[in-house]
Amino acid sequence: MTSVSVTDDLPDPSTRASYLTNGATLASWLLTRDHKRIAILYFISITAFFFVGGAAAALIRINLLTPDGTILDAETYNRTFTLHGVVMVWLFLVPSVPTTFGNFMLPLMLGARDLAFPRLNLLSWYLFIASGIIVLAGLVIGSVDTGWTFYEPLSSGYSSGALVVVVGGIFINGFSSILTGLNFVVTIHRLRAPGLTWYRLPVFCWSLYSTSLILMLATPVLAVTLFLVAAEHFFHLGVFDPAYGGDPLLFQHMFWFYSHPAVYIMILPGMGVITEIIPVFARKKIFGYKFIVWSSVAIAVIGFVVWGHHMFVAGESIYAAMVFSFLSFVVAVPSAIKVFNWLATLHKGTISFDAPMLYALGFILLFTIGGLTGLFLATLAYDVHATATYFVVAHFHYVMVGGMVSAYFAALHYWWPKITGRLYPESWARFAAVLIFFGFNVTFFPQFILGYLGMPRRYHAYSPELQVWNVLSSAGSSILAVAYLLPLFYLTWSLVRGQRAPANPWEATGLEWTVPSPPPTENFERTPVVTEDPYNYPEPVE
Amino acid sequence: MTTHEALGEQYPDLAHQGETAEFGMWAFIATEVLFLGGLFAAYTFYRYLHPAGVAEAAAHTKIIIGSANTAILLTSSFFMSWASLAARAGDNRVVFRVMAVAAVLGVAFVVLKGIEYTEEIGEHLWPGPSFHIETAEPKAGEVFYFLYWLMTGIHALHLMIGIGAVATIAWRARRGDFSPVYHSPVRVVSLYWHFVDVVWIFLFALIYLPGRGP
Amino acid sequence: MNGIPFLPPSASSITGEFNVLASALLGVTGLVMILVVWLMFRFCIHYRKSNPGADRNHRIKKSWHWEVGWTAASLLIFLGLYAWGADFYLREHHAPADATDVYVVGKQWMWKVEHPDGQREIDALHVALDRPVRLVMTSEDVIHGFSVPAFRLKQDVVPGRYVTLWFTPDKIGKYHLYCSQFCGTAHAAMGGWVTVLDPGDFQKWLAANTTAGAGTLAGQGGLLYRKLGCSGCHERAAGVGPSLAGLYLHQVTLRDGGTAVADDGFIRSAILEPATHPVAGFKTTMPSFAGQVDEEQVVALVAYIKSLAGKGPP
Repeated sequence: MTSVSVTDDLPDPSTRASYLTNGATLASWLLTRDHKRIAILYFISITAFFFVGGAAAALIRINLLTPDGTILDAETYNRTFTLHGVVMVWLFLVPSVPTTFGNFMLPLMLGARDLAFPRLNLLSWYLFIASGIIVLAGLVIGSVDTGWTFYEPLSSGYSSGALVVVVGGIFINGFSSILTGLNFVVTIHRLRAPGLTWYRLPVFCWSLYSTSLILMLATPVLAVTLFLVAAEHFFHLGVFDPAYGGDPLLFQHMFWFYSHPAVYIMILPGMGVITEIIPVFARKKIFGYKFIVWSSVAIAVIGFVVWGHHMFVAGESIYAAMVFSFLSFVVAVPSAIKVFNWLATLHKGTISFDAPMLYALGFILLFTIGGLTGLFLATLAYDVHATATYFVVAHFHYVMVGGMVSAYFAALHYWWPKITGRLYPESWARFAAVLIFFGFNVTFFPQFILGYLGMPRRYHAYSPELQVWNVLSSAGSSILAVAYLLPLFYLTWSLVRGQRAPANPWEATGLEWTVPSPPPTENFERTPVVTEDPYNYPEPVE
Repeated sequence: MTTHEALGEQYPDLAHQGETAEFGMWAFIATEVLFLGGLFAAYTFYRYLHPAGVAEAAAHTKIIIGSANTAILLTSSFFMSWASLAARAGDNRVVFRVMAVAAVLGVAFVVLKGIEYTEEIGEHLWPGPSFHIETAEPKAGEVFYFLYWLMTGIHALHLMIGIGAVATIAWRARRGDFSPVYHSPVRVVSLYWHFVDVVWIFLFALIYLPGRGP
Repeated sequence: MNGIPFLPPSASSITGEFNVLASALLGVTGLVMILVVWLMFRFCIHYRKSNPGADRNHRIKKSWHWEVGWTAASLLIFLGLYAWGADFYLREHHAPADATDVYVVGKQWMWKVEHPDGQREIDALHVALDRPVRLVMTSEDVIHGFSVPAFRLKQDVVPGRYVTLWFTPDKIGKYHLYCSQFCGTAHAAMGGWVTVLDPGDFQKWLAANTTAGAGTLAGQGGLLYRKLGCSGCHERAAGVGPSLAGLYLHQVTLRDGGTAVADDGFIRSAILEPATHPVAGFKTTMPSFAGQVDEEQVVALVAYIKSLAGKGPP
């Protein structure tokens, strides 16, 4: 390891207790303040929510096999896609990478022994679990069928009281997000190891930093908005509901002021993961470090002023729409910068294709398709035709599932040896990566065509001539379902039978690879001193 | 508590830990500003839509209690600043006494607010079916009072959390926990207290003052 | 409906340009995608670990040339697309003056259409070839979305206000009408067909669908106008309220000195919330008609007041 000078009198790693073996009681897990154990708690809960949301997606696709939607009745279908959206957005995508890999890796990457506020970290998890239980109870027992966007006046005026339960759960979820974001920001500011300057930070830390800023600054607005929806439901205030003198577009403005930055909350950590992985498997320093870093910050900042592009046909002023359209094109530029820098990193590298790299390459392709179709939607006249159709559904699934979920799986495989101390079976993992890529495209590419043909989203039944594309999409989703289940099996298997992992199986740079796998509770025996830039792989000899 | 117990394993020393805690409180205040900012924005928007209705409704608020409470909170902030200075000097006795005064003032605020709330419930100013106000735009009045209950309620909740925190710190000062090296909890709590105080000043201007001019 | 559909039918005056715009978007983004795929595969294959012979020397060092290059290129392409899309969108929003106004009221879960001559239809809209139509739309309950993919048009229909959408159909046929904004249980069933007829057939359709004795939409509004007693205050002789003759699309001076144009939306809210529209020179003694008339009746009243447009200045 050349990038850091670690104290040389470390005891033999095998004699230090790993965080996994330091206490085996349930209380030692549920009352832990160790960021690594809290990450595991998050990991287990998020995996459960992912499969709940996934099961709802499977039901949706099964129902859409036939044009008349006979498998689910209309109300059940509407409840199903509401559950899918709410669970996937707030219980999976928003917390996914930050609370698991972020929680686990951030102190390790910074050379710190924990986050700045460990008790707050545990509190975030309890809030998250409480919100998850409340939201699911409201969705499953109550009948909430508004979609995850809770548009007014449908939500406050025309739905059951369970709406308030769900909204209350999301409110609590917001507090969990805010506390996590706050913890990360303070930690990155205050707990970097000596010599670890801002420009020596791994890009993953930068992307967590940008994400955390958005979490802290956008989530409170969502909290207020949801509070007002609940109040409108009970008191008929007339803030959002036109029947009482309110303005339903005000709701949309406030909702998207959070929810558009929220999509960057979801994707930025994924971009950070990809930026970590590509240099490792190309054995080459990342190309354009500062550009990648500042493009994350630019996305976080510009992402706050593009929310109006969700409302081009909603009745907002056409001149406001022109401004939002322009800003939406501008926010695409930093994403393009990242893609080109990733590609340039591959140039003249020494590339190997382990599973994390396959996921990362898949991410680049799928994210690029998602981003480019975003340009279609940013184009005003095109958006009028395509918005609220399956074109939008396909677009954001390319970014969120093709992009973010791929990044999540990339991170999972990349850091699996570090987290568990075991190696996963490589050929199974590569097979799953390829299968996910294939299944994903078969599922979602037809939806672009369906959208262009005009099929509106959230339709439980559709015109018969559209069936062929829907059947293809459903067929793809069955492949995708199998591909998502595969890692569950082989990763669980590896926990018991997998080979023991060395401290640095990928021969990667970065402080997290200087500690044993799995890391000891206190992470570092002595605080490391950083003397070099990140991703400092040896140059070829000329 | 010894200084050794107070130091988290991830920090090199107490000063670093204390500064980090203060930084964390500032970050928390930033999110609070956004949260309350959303409410203030809703209020502003509504007042812009119904200027007369809001002004008339605001004239029904209890200006005397409101002004007294403003004075009480400002005074309490003075004592909190005193506590910060005393803590820096490591004078646990003074910290205990002035923080106790601040906490008592906080309780006085809550008690007065409670009296105000009781009167208002008696006057049917709680939004809902029984809401009643004698103005030209009663609907705007109802929304104003909804926002009034919501914003002052959230503020009161913050203040009660603050009173609990101040009481805890005062108790720790009495035990002699703080020293010139270790006093960040006093500073963090006083930051929070000042923030809650500043929020009240905004609320006072927005809630009690409209509709009272000539 | 044979074969596998790839493209929606094109049946309005904007679809020609729209299809070119969509092709341009597909072309530009397709080229970018091909570039990305080509670079990725080329690098991945050539610089794979098992190809130690590849030349890995002389790596690109000065990264900012490249960064500025691809940032500027992206931005320029984006600006071009933006300008075209925005200009097109503006034109989509300016209805020609000779467009026929057709009223649409959305409610859970149906579209109710009212033609100026009094014909009504539900979940269907009949229009004449090459005649511009302006839809004036509102909703009785939640937000709906009026979407006709064959015209490449869509507009959310928001309760509490009027929104408009115009088009000129240029191809005879039957096209899907959808609700595009989720509106509750039977959202997927809230739709039907837009039928484009040649002008002769359209006249026949109008004649066949006229309800005997119902009169035109404005006529129905006139009856309602007298039934509700509006004439008691608003006729010139009464003078309690402003005269409505010639009001439509004229500027109205408000009591606070501001002005407003008396368009459909202004007239609608003046009927339902008179207090919010204090016209200079009059006291607001008019009661609100909210709850007494539904949106369809408001539409008729608005049509009646519009029909007075040519009858002298206000």
